[in-house]
Amino acid sequence: MTLEQVLFLVFAVVTLGSALMVVTEHKMIRAALWLILALFGVAALYVLLNVGFFAVMQVVVYIGAIAILFIFAAMLTRKSMEDIGPQVNSGWPAAALIGALVFVSLAWMFSRWSSFAVLPPALADDTPALQQLGVALVSPDAYVIPFEIASVLLVAAMVGALYAAWGKNE
Amino acid sequence: MNFLADPITFIIEWLRNLLIGWGLSAGWVTFVMKLLGVAVVGSFGLVLVIFLIWLERKVAARFQQRLGPNRVGPWGLFQTFADVIKIFTKEHITPRGVDVVVYNLAPLISVGAVILLWAVIPFTPNAIGADLNVGVLYLVAVGALGTLAILMAGWSSNNKYALLGAFRTVAQMVSYEVPMVLALLIPVLLSDTMSVNGIVKAQSVIFLVVSPLAAFLFFISSLAEIGRTPFDLLEGESEIVAGYHIEYSGLKFGMFFVGEFLHAFTVSALFAILFLGGWRGWGVEQFPILGFVYFMLKTFAVYFVVMWFRTTLPRVRIDQMLDFNWKLLTPVGLILLVVTAILQKIILVSAVPLWVAVIVHLATSLLIGWATVQIIKARQARRPRRQPVAQPRPVARPPEATQA
Repeated sequence: MTLEQVLFLVFAVVTLGSALMVVTEHKMIRAALWLILALFGVAALYVLLNVGFFAVMQVVVYIGAIAILFIFAAMLTRKSMEDIGPQVNSGWPAAALIGALVFVSLAWMFSRWSSFAVLPPALADDTPALQQLGVALVSPDAYVIPFEIASVLLVAAMVGALYAAWGKNE
Repeated sequence: MNFLADPITFIIEWLRNLLIGWGLSAGWVTFVMKLLGVAVVGSFGLVLVIFLIWLERKVAARFQQRLGPNRVGPWGLFQTFADVIKIFTKEHITPRGVDVVVYNLAPLISVGAVILLWAVIPFTPNAIGADLNVGVLYLVAVGALGTLAILMAGWSSNNKYALLGAFRTVAQMVSYEVPMVLALLIPVLLSDTMSVNGIVKAQSVIFLVVSPLAAFLFFISSLAEIGRTPFDLLEGESEIVAGYHIEYSGLKFGMFFVGEFLHAFTVSALFAILFLGGWRGWGVEQFPILGFVYFMLKTFAVYFVVMWFRTTLPRVRIDQMLDFNWKLLTPVGLILLVVTAILQKIILVSAVPLWVAVIVHLATSLLIGWATVQIIKARQARRPRRQPVAQPRPVARPPEATQA
């Protein structure tokens, strides 16, 4: 086994293990901290894939913004230190069924996929690829319409958040 | 390679040859060299803190017309060593009801998040831990870990003051991250690269001259990001006792303290890199080690201004702090970013000489700054300033006294 494979296994175990802890942990804040570790594991996998940009964006967006907001909200809404309610609600059998179905179908798809043995081509510095990505996102014959629609969606979400937060007594 | 001209590269090459001579494979040599580099840069930062604490006390003392530490060693230089030894011997008290793992992890992450920033700082033209092509984004990403450490400390301490302090801190850090990133993007636009060393190399005219408004925005928002005066709300002694580290004692408290000092210094170093040209200076091509000297001189100049702010400004209130960010710094940063991006594109397309480009950017920056000040003045003239304290209310009298 090469060093890269060993590292991949380590990061995969860390990611999956902490993802498991997210759903089994009793305290909400600790679950959020486990989620951060899982997201770090994904960032490390991006580094192994030689896309440092995605790894850094993963940390900026998911850990720096989303996970911090999770923790912030969880701290504000509950008695965060002694949170020992039931962990599942009545919908858990349906959720378990759907989860199992998705897992089985994914496993079935991957078992029929033959490209596992193909070694990845050697990648150079990813700066040119990054610039191509940036150009493709705004060029009219590539992804400009999905990109702009995503922007409009975000603006709509911001306006909605502003409206919800405006307050009734103004 | 001449030892005197560039000792860092010389030592690195010597070590590499030594390790190869011992028969290690190339991969292991790189691994060992990186590991050694991490140890050296990290220890350098941590040892530097001992000096920084002495400097801070000495400078603060001079601002307040005192002498400062002057008993232990020449000019009191060894005072901090005594303090360090003292803090090592202190007892670790773990209060009841804390979340032990998170509680002990928080100070480690607090220091680690700052040390991680040093990985992309270029000390000389050649001495840089990792010249990432997304270096500036890396700085932003690692900054988020510091916020995380404070949240963890505040929550796990099982103390209401700690939690309140953590809330304040996170509100402040998350808010001020926005203008800081906007200001960070200006050097990226001007130099056309996200690599930190590339930004230094692009500054044939330092960016403080090219875009003083961006430098101002970055400096103010990074002061808030490190929680220095006038934005040290996170440890408002009069309101929340000590903030997020109230339940920490001994070395664990010391680590938060170290992290805070090192963060202040690191932010000064970042300012020196992004806006003052980092290691650039006279004679660096012949003697790269001079770059380290220039870099440190610039960094300490910025750090002096940080200390100057700390000793002379009062603390702002939390509503003022948030108003200042969302109503002034963020809009100005957005406008400056859009205008700079358009101008830079025009300059790149029309291929004007450098001095024209510099003057255009400088004029725009000053114009936006001037317009902002004028708008603030006009608004203040229209609407009187909010009273900082409540108006005195009429004295209440019992009803029989008024009837009589």
